[in-house]
Amino acid sequence: MTKITSLTELKKLRDSLKEKMESYSLLDHPDSIIQVKVAMATCGQASGARPVFDYFKEELEKRNIPAMVTQTGCMSYCYAEPTIEVTIPGKNPVVFGFVNTRKADEIIERYIRKGELPDGVIPVNYETVISQ
Amino acid sequence: MKQKQLRIALRNCGVIDPERIEDYIAKDGYLALGKVLTELTPEATIEIIKKSGLRGRGGGGFPTGLKWEITRKVHGDQKYVVCNADEGDPGAFMDRSVLEGDPHSVLEAMAINGYCTGASKGLVYIRAEYPLAIERLKIAMKQAREYGFLGDQILGTGFCFDIEIRYGAGAFVCGEETALIHSMEGLRGEPTVKPPFPSESGYLGKPSNVNNVETYANIPVIINKGADWFASIGSAKSKGTKVFALAGKINNVGLVEVPMGTTLREVIYEIGGGIRDGKAFKAAQTGGPSGGCLTVKHLDIPIDYDNLIAAGSMMGSGGMIVMDEDDCMVAIAKFYLEFTVEESCGKCSPCRIGNKRLFEILEKITQGNGILEDLDKLKNLGKVIIDTSLCGLGQSSPNPVLSTLDNFYDEYIDHVTYKKCKSKVCKSLMTYIIDEEKCIGCTLCARNCPVNAISGERKQAHYIDPEKCIKCGACMEKCKFNAIFIN
Repeated sequence: MTKITSLTELKKLRDSLKEKMESYSLLDHPDSIIQVKVAMATCGQASGARPVFDYFKEELEKRNIPAMVTQTGCMSYCYAEPTIEVTIPGKNPVVFGFVNTRKADEIIERYIRKGELPDGVIPVNYETVISQ
Repeated sequence: MKQKQLRIALRNCGVIDPERIEDYIAKDGYLALGKVLTELTPEATIEIIKKSGLRGRGGGGFPTGLKWEITRKVHGDQKYVVCNADEGDPGAFMDRSVLEGDPHSVLEAMAINGYCTGASKGLVYIRAEYPLAIERLKIAMKQAREYGFLGDQILGTGFCFDIEIRYGAGAFVCGEETALIHSMEGLRGEPTVKPPFPSESGYLGKPSNVNNVETYANIPVIINKGADWFASIGSAKSKGTKVFALAGKINNVGLVEVPMGTTLREVIYEIGGGIRDGKAFKAAQTGGPSGGCLTVKHLDIPIDYDNLIAAGSMMGSGGMIVMDEDDCMVAIAKFYLEFTVEESCGKCSPCRIGNKRLFEILEKITQGNGILEDLDKLKNLGKVIIDTSLCGLGQSSPNPVLSTLDNFYDEYIDHVTYKKCKSKVCKSLMTYIIDEEKCIGCTLCARNCPVNAISGERKQAHYIDPEKCIKCGACMEKCKFNAIFIN
C-alpha cells in the first residue's frame, strides 16, 4: 500500500472508492451486485451473527447470486439482534431483525430472488449526517 | 416525515466495514485531518471546535474547544492526547459501539487533537473487557499507518503523530481522568485532587488532553461540515446530538442518537417504542451510578446538560435505564449504592465509609427494619459525601439515593412506616398467602416448596408458614388455581 502524501491524493482516492461503492447500487451498472451487511459488533456476535454471516456467504455463492457480504458494526437495534441490511441495486436498503439461518434462507428466496418483503423488516428511524 | 434521530457520532456504525479503511475513506474519512493539516492552523481549528459548542460527552459537559486551547497554551516538551474508552456505567455501551463500528473516526479525531494541542503521541485507555473493540482498533491503527494517516510526516506535512493502546482492568473509578492517568502510568487507579488538571500536568506529568470516545467521533464531522452547521443542532447551551444506550423495560432496547433538546417522551415512546407489555412508565435513570431519576413529570423537558442537572439527574455518558411500575425505587437506589461501594477505590473516607453506611441504611429499609429517622440520615449523609469526597465518583455517588428520595418519597414511607413494597420487589416485606376459598388442596404447592413451608391435608386448604417461607415464589408459579397471592 502506498502512503498518501497530500490532500489532493486523498480526495482522489476517496472519489474513486466512492464511485466503486455507489456502482454496487446502480441498477444499470454492469457490476451492480446485491449487498448484504451483517451487524457484527460484540452484541450481534453474541446473539448469533457469525453463523448468519457464514450462511449468507456460502449460500449466495451456492445459489449463484452475485452478492457482496460484509460485516459492519452495531446497527443499534439491540432488541432485534442479529440484524442485517440488504441492498438490491436500485432499491433502498432494507434492514431485517431476528435473523437466523432459517430467516436468512427466506430472505434469499423471497426478497433477494423475488423482491417480496417477508416479515421482520425494521423501518429506518434515523437520518445520518451523511444523508443530510 | 422528519426522523427524530440524527446520527453524527454513529454515522458510520452499521454502515461501513470497520475493518476496511477504504470504506471509511469513501465516507470522507481522514478528509478532516487532511483539511486541518494543510489548510488550517491549530488556532483556527480550535476556534472551529469552540464555535461549534461541542461539550464533553463523557458526562461532565466541559467545552471541548476550551479544553484543547488550555492544553495548547500549557508549555511542555511532550504532550499527550488521551482517549477515554473506559466505559463503566451499568447498561452503557455507546463507546463500545463506536469503537467496534467506526474506529477510524476516533483515530482521526485524536490526530486532529494532536495537531491542535501540539502532542505527538496518543493513548487510548480502553477496558480489557472489550476484546472486539480492541481488535478492531488495532486493525484500524495498522491500516491508518499503512496509508500514512498515522506515523511520521502525515499526509506529506511535517506533522507526526502515533497512537498506542493502554488496557484498563475494569475499575469504574478509572473513568475519572486523574485515576485513568495513574492507571496508565502503572500506578494504582486512584484519583488525585484537581487542579492541576490533566491539561496542565497529566500522563507522566506532561500536559495531556483527555476526551471521551463519543466526543472524538463528533470532531471530523464538525471540521467537514463547519461549526455553524453543528451549532444549529441542539438546544441553546448544548449543541449537537447525544447517543443514549436505551435499556430496561422498554420495547426497542438499543442505541439512539438524538439532537440535544429532544424530550424524554420522544425518546421513550416514539423511538423506544414505549414500555414493555403496555405497563406504566415510572422513571428513567440517566447518568448511571452518578446520576438520578427522571420521572413522569420530567417527560416533556428537553434533554440537555443543564436541564438534566436542574431535574436532579445528569447527562452522564449516556446510559438510560427505563423503569416501569414493577420496579421498586428503593431497591434501585440500593442497587446503585452496592455498585458504588464495590467500585470505591477507598482513598478518601467519605466515599469509602459514607457510601457503605448509605448502603447499610438502604438495606435496613428494604428488610423492613427502617425507621423514619433513617430517611433524614440518608439525606444528610448523602450531602456530606457529595461535599467532601475527593473525586467525581464520591461527589456523585449519593445521587441515586437523593434523587429517588426527592421523587419517590412515598415509596420510602411505604417501606419504613407501613413495611410494604408496592412493587413487590423487596422480599423481606412480602408474605405469600394462600386464599382458602380458592385452594382445593391439590398439594402441588407443598410438593414444590423447597423448604417445606407449606402444610395442609389433601383436598383441604393449605397454609404457608411465614417463618419458614423464603419467598422464592415457586408455589405461586405452580398453583393452577391462582390461589396464592402476595400481601
